[in-house]
Amino acid sequence: MDKTCKTVAEAVAGIADGASVMIAGFGGSGAPVELIHALIDAGPRHLTVINNNAGTGQVGLAAMIREGMVDKVICSYPRTRDAVCFNEAYAAGKLELEVVPQGTLAERIRAGGAGIPAFYTPTGVGTELAEGKAVGRFEGKDYVQERWLKADVALIKGEVGDPMGNLTYRMSARNFNPIMAMAATRTIAQVRRMVAPGGIPPEDVITPGIFVDALVEVPDARQEEDLIRAEAVYP
Amino acid sequence: MSTLNEIKLTNAQIAWRAAQDIADGAYVNLGIGFPEMVANHCPKDREVIFHTENGLLNFGPAPEPGQEDWDLINAGKKAITLKPGAAVFDHALSFAMVRGGHLDVAILGAFQVAENGDLANWSTGKGGVPAVGGAMDLVHGAKRVAVVTDHVTKSGAPKLVSRCDMPLTGVGCVTRIYSSLAVVDVVEGRFVLREKLAALSLDELQAVTGAPLHLEGAPEDLVVPALA
Repeated sequence: MDKTCKTVAEAVAGIADGASVMIAGFGGSGAPVELIHALIDAGPRHLTVINNNAGTGQVGLAAMIREGMVDKVICSYPRTRDAVCFNEAYAAGKLELEVVPQGTLAERIRAGGAGIPAFYTPTGVGTELAEGKAVGRFEGKDYVQERWLKADVALIKGEVGDPMGNLTYRMSARNFNPIMAMAATRTIAQVRRMVAPGGIPPEDVITPGIFVDALVEVPDARQEEDLIRAEAVYP
Repeated sequence: MSTLNEIKLTNAQIAWRAAQDIADGAYVNLGIGFPEMVANHCPKDREVIFHTENGLLNFGPAPEPGQEDWDLINAGKKAITLKPGAAVFDHALSFAMVRGGHLDVAILGAFQVAENGDLANWSTGKGGVPAVGGAMDLVHGAKRVAVVTDHVTKSGAPKLVSRCDMPLTGVGCVTRIYSSLAVVDVVEGRFVLREKLAALSLDELQAVTGAPLHLEGAPEDLVVPALA
């Protein structure tokens, strides 16, 4: 089995207009910048993007929004000092926004990947983010029903990968990567280093290859935070 | 109000007072911003393990400038360091720790806290871009949910109120408030005053509090070290 692609362009080929796309990362940590930039080159439009944030600076998700590729963002925290591309598009009414509490966002994605259509959580009970949602009472306490979240595509970033799609992650760059890998019809990973099958000790595998459809080695991958601090602009 | 401003605690002093209640061996989550200061004031003889919702347990202070690793950040997206015995995990597992009742304490900031324990701290309700992050999750699950806050707003309005009129973060979730003037518990739908600044009379404190302060025995003096 070999799921490797030779280039990032090959990895993201075929993502259609109107697709829902999960993009992993928390801030710049764990963001698959090179895959996002390849998607900007490919140029699908009317995308729904699921991310914790809504992009900062002029690279990655922020650049996708600036380029007009995104119709809707589902995230927990879009308001950031330098989220200029999001702020501009949102103020202009060009972008639909669904704000989801961060833990609920994570669990909805996990549920999507695990085949669980709905679950109950204490988060948001009695707040405006729970309006219109079913409430259930368990052991004397109210819980809000939340639905699974799935996507057509997930773009994720691993540290080490093998041709079977097994992945490891670096430090807190793990964040949303393993759960988004589970929740998409097609999961595409970039990794800093490819090794032969067996090169990752089985006990060290964080995302088993069954969740990954394609992966590409990007040895010189940039950390998104570094690009933002350098005020980089893509394209 | 000028006298109130002269006697009130600094944020560092509020953080110090909150830190004194964190037990040895506690697992603690600190909200972004002001609550992060609590980590600087934990008694040296106690081991406190800090959780950050982006997937780390047992992180330490910021690295030296120039030594930042941007794959090693906290929920505020600030660079941090790891202590021996740290662990990394994904977002779903991280919030399982939060909602599953595994944290001992969560300490957050507040716009308003009501006497029934309701907290408003994510949106002023006045428009702008809505953004909630992990606040709504953090107020459910930790064994104690405490707030550090100025006792009044910049314009002098009470932040401890009978009912929040800003959008809620959580219902009936706050157990203790460390303010710039007092330490107040939420007990069965009422504010119970535990400590107040000695320079402030009970009437003066009540005058800047938006709901009745109840007493269970005489309140103690709120005493903190000099901290900028």
